[in-house]
Amino acid sequence: MSAIGVTGLRKSHGPRQVLRGIDARVEEGETIAVVGPSGGGKSTFLRCLNGLTSFDAGTIRIAGVELQPCTPPDAPELRALRARVGMVFQSFNLFPHLTAAGNVMLAPVHVRKEAPAAARERAGELLARVGLADRAHARPTELSGGQQQRVAIARALAMSPEILLLDEPTSALDPQMRGEVLAVLRDLARSGMTMLVVTHEMAFARAAASRVWVFDEGRLVEDGPPAQVCDSPRSERARAFFAHG
Amino acid sequence: MSAVLAGWNALTCAALIASGALARIEKRGELRWAGDLQGGEPYVYRDPADPGKLVGFEVEIAEALAKRLGVRQRFVQNDWSTLIPSLLRGDFDAAMNGIEDTPALRAQALVTRPYFSFSEQLVVRRGFPLRTLSALHGHRVGTLSGSLAHAILRENPGIEIVLYGGQEEPYRDLELGRTDAVVLDSVIAMRYGLTKPTLELADPDVARGTYVIAVRRGEDDLRDALDGALGDLLARGELESIFVKYRLPPQPSSATEASAQPQAQFDSAQALLFGRGAAVTLVVSLLSMALAVPLGLALALARIHGGRIARLSAHAYIELFRGTPVLLQLYLLYYGLAPLVHLDALTAAILGLGMNYGAYEAEVHRAALGAIPAGQAEAAAALGLSRGQQLRLVLLPQALRTALPAMTNDLISLLKDSSLVSVITVVELTKQMTITAVDVRSWALPGLLCAALYFAMSYPLARLAARLEARLAAPPEPSSAPVEAAA
Repeated sequence: MSAIGVTGLRKSHGPRQVLRGIDARVEEGETIAVVGPSGGGKSTFLRCLNGLTSFDAGTIRIAGVELQPCTPPDAPELRALRARVGMVFQSFNLFPHLTAAGNVMLAPVHVRKEAPAAARERAGELLARVGLADRAHARPTELSGGQQQRVAIARALAMSPEILLLDEPTSALDPQMRGEVLAVLRDLARSGMTMLVVTHEMAFARAAASRVWVFDEGRLVEDGPPAQVCDSPRSERARAFFAHG
Repeated sequence: MSAVLAGWNALTCAALIASGALARIEKRGELRWAGDLQGGEPYVYRDPADPGKLVGFEVEIAEALAKRLGVRQRFVQNDWSTLIPSLLRGDFDAAMNGIEDTPALRAQALVTRPYFSFSEQLVVRRGFPLRTLSALHGHRVGTLSGSLAHAILRENPGIEIVLYGGQEEPYRDLELGRTDAVVLDSVIAMRYGLTKPTLELADPDVARGTYVIAVRRGEDDLRDALDGALGDLLARGELESIFVKYRLPPQPSSATEASAQPQAQFDSAQALLFGRGAAVTLVVSLLSMALAVPLGLALALARIHGGRIARLSAHAYIELFRGTPVLLQLYLLYYGLAPLVHLDALTAAILGLGMNYGAYEAEVHRAALGAIPAGQAEAAAALGLSRGQQLRLVLLPQALRTALPAMTNDLISLLKDSSLVSVITVVELTKQMTITAVDVRSWALPGLLCAALYFAMSYPLARLAARLEARLAAPPEPSSAPVEAAA
């Protein structure tokens, strides 16, 4: 069975249609780079996948859970799903009152009820995996943007998710810091993690993605291997995007 | 400072003597005398039939006295407990409002001959077995703060004294069982106590005293003129007919001097009372705040996350409690609700202040929660944290940090607002100060000590909060390397 299956997904903000019927499928272990012009519905689509944004119609099956239309973002039934689907945000959203390790171990201790000592040890391993072994005791305000985003990735990985959703993880970073974060993402992709990455990094999409999706005006207009989508897109809209982007 | 005040007093007195108090009054054509309209019946009060007009036996005495001086009388409203300080300040010519002749008063001001004699009376609930002052040791007995009865009660150390600001409240609390007896003079007892069917007279003559008119020292000419006029009124039976008109209790046949009590000194015993007052202030403030913070938090959460009903109720609560005086809320809680809920004074004080400040804390918490970026709750939700966990583990720790300066501010403000609870008989620091000030007839030293004690409480609180703030503001941990080294 696919990791993610979406059919006929629709979403409106008032009169504006943000998603106009999306059909898509992601297999286990795939890395999908989601690209396209701003306002095309990429981020909304990603947020619908773990219920942070509700949708109006269609079906979503993700990590074995079926999401219903119009489920409020704080519905208790979404908690099981979120424990299996990790999310990384453009603005990191680290908890400023906790250390890096505190951020990483919060959900394992309080959602999965792990023993704090064990969770702390695993937090150390995860921080080492993203290259921050020596920053476990630092507060978010003492970390650079790239370091913060790597902590945020470690925090998402701490729940051992089956799927990782990343919403423009490098857009708030300067070029040097982007490199640090993209390196971590390439490692994750190689390790077989199922990932959806909303991104503007075409080089990353080419090098690390199994497939590239192009969103435009609420539709998935292109879906294929990176080389084909980037070099010879079939749709007019995708051609326009790559020509300018 | 008291030396400066004394000097200033001496100067004004000298100036007044030079012109003569009588000459001043005659030139003005008006004798200004002061009393307190609150609980003023039968002394001086508004005519129920014509609220623009003042009546009372003291009004009639003032009119008769002024007539003999060849001037008009004019009433000046002044809080009863501060009549003498206001007299000394020069706010009016004479104070006449059931002021009892005591050595302490004579040390401060000149007094006229008595115009009325009374007995102090012990009133209890009907059928109550303890009927003398000495039998009431270990019991709560109510009286007016700063009265002769207050002084008499203090000579009985076993009695727990409950102090009131008005004449009616002591009897109300006696009826409710909050106290076991009330000692007040016969005029008050007859008017406010024995009119209640559940109360009765236990001892009609605990002690005796007289009412006198107080004038400033150095204004002997005025005192002598008033004495002469009073003597004339007495001889002609005019005083007697005024007393009959107002149905005052019969005067004891031989009006002996009130028990001669030495004037209280501002000594270590008084300072100890101040310490106790300060402790009450601190306990009331801290416990009220301990109630206000969680209450405010619950209200803020109801406003932000609650359903329609919860949101509207919380909003209504906040506006109601912020929009009405806390003094009124205390009165309603203690006296208004007494038939339904029987709260003791300290509990009512803490509840009243706590519920009032809860409304302010609610807005502090709401603002602090609102200042947290939406991404924080989203990130917590995306990790699978429940609503409760998001609040407890992510949002509240951050809100607390933002709210702390405002909460410290409110606590310091509460420390001072707690003086309002004296209206429901809790003797805290400010009330203790006014009691002492009246006893020793000086406001300067007790006032300064009182201010010093408030500061000694509020400043450490402010320092403590500042340290807590600094700790919560996440200082770099000593073990972690600087950012640059790792970046």
